[in-house]
Amino acid sequence: MTRGVHDMGGLAAGPVDRTEHEMTLFDQRVDAMLRLLVDPAHGHFTIDAVRRAIEALPPDDYLGLTYYERWIRALCRLSIETGLIAEDELQRKLAALARDGGGG
Amino acid sequence: MTPRFAPGDRVRVCVRDVAHHCRTPHYLRGKRGVVARVLGVFPDPEQLAYHRPGSPHLPLYQVAFDHGEVWAAPQRKTVITADIYQHWLEAID
Repeated sequence: MTRGVHDMGGLAAGPVDRTEHEMTLFDQRVDAMLRLLVDPAHGHFTIDAVRRAIEALPPDDYLGLTYYERWIRALCRLSIETGLIAEDELQRKLAALARDGGGG
Repeated sequence: MTPRFAPGDRVRVCVRDVAHHCRTPHYLRGKRGVVARVLGVFPDPEQLAYHRPGSPHLPLYQVAFDHGEVWAAPQRKTVITADIYQHWLEAID
């Protein structure tokens, strides 16, 4: 039976790390973006679509990325999928940031 | 959609191989449990995940499973509860 990389309930995993950590500025920005994008008042997409896009990450990415890195990957994919931004628009912006340095 | 099950009903989670997004965890498929609560009727997440409207809305249940039913080697006497949509449940007589 097909089992996505995310669907790991019951697999051997060792003890759960319950350490709390501060959210970084990046984490907070991604969290805010997600809340805005899934807000029914804006109607861009649903939290279900976000889950689906996260689950569709390549397994190495799913396991290797941080929690909010998975979120931002999903938000990029869904923003393009729904036509909110264009793929080339995103690529141009990423290239500009790489060239000029990010705005923090 | 009217709920088909009521609290106390014995149910089994469908064994279904799906490639699309769903909320039914792999480890509960085929497991027997008892309906604990009817949580309400909600848009179908398997459609919402693909930008579709989620109709018809589906009854959602809190289902209780014995630890021993879910894990081959029960470690303790406890109950696992999970939220399962109606189309993932079948009745057990």
